[in-house]
Amino acid sequence: MFRRIEGQAPRRAVSLAIEGSDVQAREGDTLAVALLQAGVDHFRETPVSGAPRAPLCLMGVCFDCLVEVDGVANVQACMVTVRDGMQVRLQHGARHAEAAT
Amino acid sequence: MSRLHESDTLVIGGGVVGMALAYGLARAGERVQLLDEGDDAYRAARGNFGLVWVQGKGLGRPAYARWTLGAAAAWPAFAAELAERTGVDVELSQIGGLTMCLGEEELAARADQLRRLREELGVAYPFEVLDPGRLRQLIPQTGPAVAGAVMCPLDGHTSPLRLLRALVQAYEDLGGRLTAGARVEALEFRERGFEVHAGEKVYSAAKLVLAAGLGNRELAPRVGLSAPVQPNRGQILVTERLQPFLKHPTLYVRQTGEGVVQIGDSKEDVGLDDSTTLAQLSRIADRAAKCFPLLAAVNIVRTWGALRVMSPDGFPIYQASASCPGAFVVTCHSGITLAPQHAGALVDWIRGGDEPVEIRGFKAERFDVQTH
Repeated sequence: MFRRIEGQAPRRAVSLAIEGSDVQAREGDTLAVALLQAGVDHFRETPVSGAPRAPLCLMGVCFDCLVEVDGVANVQACMVTVRDGMQVRLQHGARHAEAAT
Repeated sequence: MSRLHESDTLVIGGGVVGMALAYGLARAGERVQLLDEGDDAYRAARGNFGLVWVQGKGLGRPAYARWTLGAAAAWPAFAAELAERTGVDVELSQIGGLTMCLGEEELAARADQLRRLREELGVAYPFEVLDPGRLRQLIPQTGPAVAGAVMCPLDGHTSPLRLLRALVQAYEDLGGRLTAGARVEALEFRERGFEVHAGEKVYSAAKLVLAAGLGNRELAPRVGLSAPVQPNRGQILVTERLQPFLKHPTLYVRQTGEGVVQIGDSKEDVGLDDSTTLAQLSRIADRAAKCFPLLAAVNIVRTWGALRVMSPDGFPIYQASASCPGAFVVTCHSGITLAPQHAGALVDWIRGGDEPVEIRGFKAERFDVQTH
């Protein structure tokens, strides 16, 4: 669905895992862009109605791109950049909060 | 009812107190016009916590405790009636509320307060002191700093915003008229009723009910009444939505039907200032995280301040004007808890019925300076 603008300077590849599957992104990409590029068309379901959600604003405002990153839920995917080894899970419903042990 | 006027009753104030009264009046068959101030008004009804609360209320004032007990008992039918009329679920849950206590002393003082209340009342006043073990059985997420809790099975919570919406919708469905952005400019008692100038229009009715919150202070004297109320600020934080972990409301932390955790509160005498302060918000957050450590890692999405409407002794003022017959003033701090009483027993009194015995002591004269 999404493709990169042609003619950009090449950047280093970054490897992350989405739902346990390895995905290649580019250094400097936001996680939201990496997910969209990987063909993830909905990031989460809302806690109240269960409706599917994907990024709307891509600039930190809409909170529709929430995902779980390295075990922490409700991270705005558009506000973090990809890192090697990042473990990403899609969210189903509301965050499950636990006390730090 | 007089047909001289376009309405039987004018209600001033569209918060939860005014809306409950207006709904009750319309339900009783009256033609009601409600005037609500603009969005820049101080609105306790849109900033409050949403408890339907019994425990601890009315110490030294058993009549208030009885009035509150009656309200809590009437809530299930009230919520069902609103749901049936409007389809709005006000998310009422009355499965028991807890006061979490961080120290032994706090717990002992709280339990003692409720024991004294029970003695004063001489009616069934159920509560239970939960030791840390019992408390953790009930709510496993309770933190180690909590010394125990007092639980009253009559306490509950509701969504204050859904309640307000349901009242507006039910009122309008009954033919009630609601005019927003209408600040009262002039208020006059005429021989056959009341005339109110607001938003470049003139409204008239045989009866007038002042339910304008902090605005009552200025409005009441114009019709021979008095409402010496003062603002008292409370600050609140709300979190992102979480999986349900807390079914019971507590005095300072509750989880809403949508999963948001609402955290309060402060009690500050700062005049007409509904802003927030970092000092209070961090104190409130710290206390909540001690009660429920999982909250420490949770994101806060919004904070706000709102102004309580407090009389000098904290109890309501319900009064009919002697010099301007047909005028009433209604003000209280617990507009959510008392909503069924306001829509029911209080409306019956305003319409000419007997004054409920519980509220006969709630006249503004009690604040007059006594001379010898």
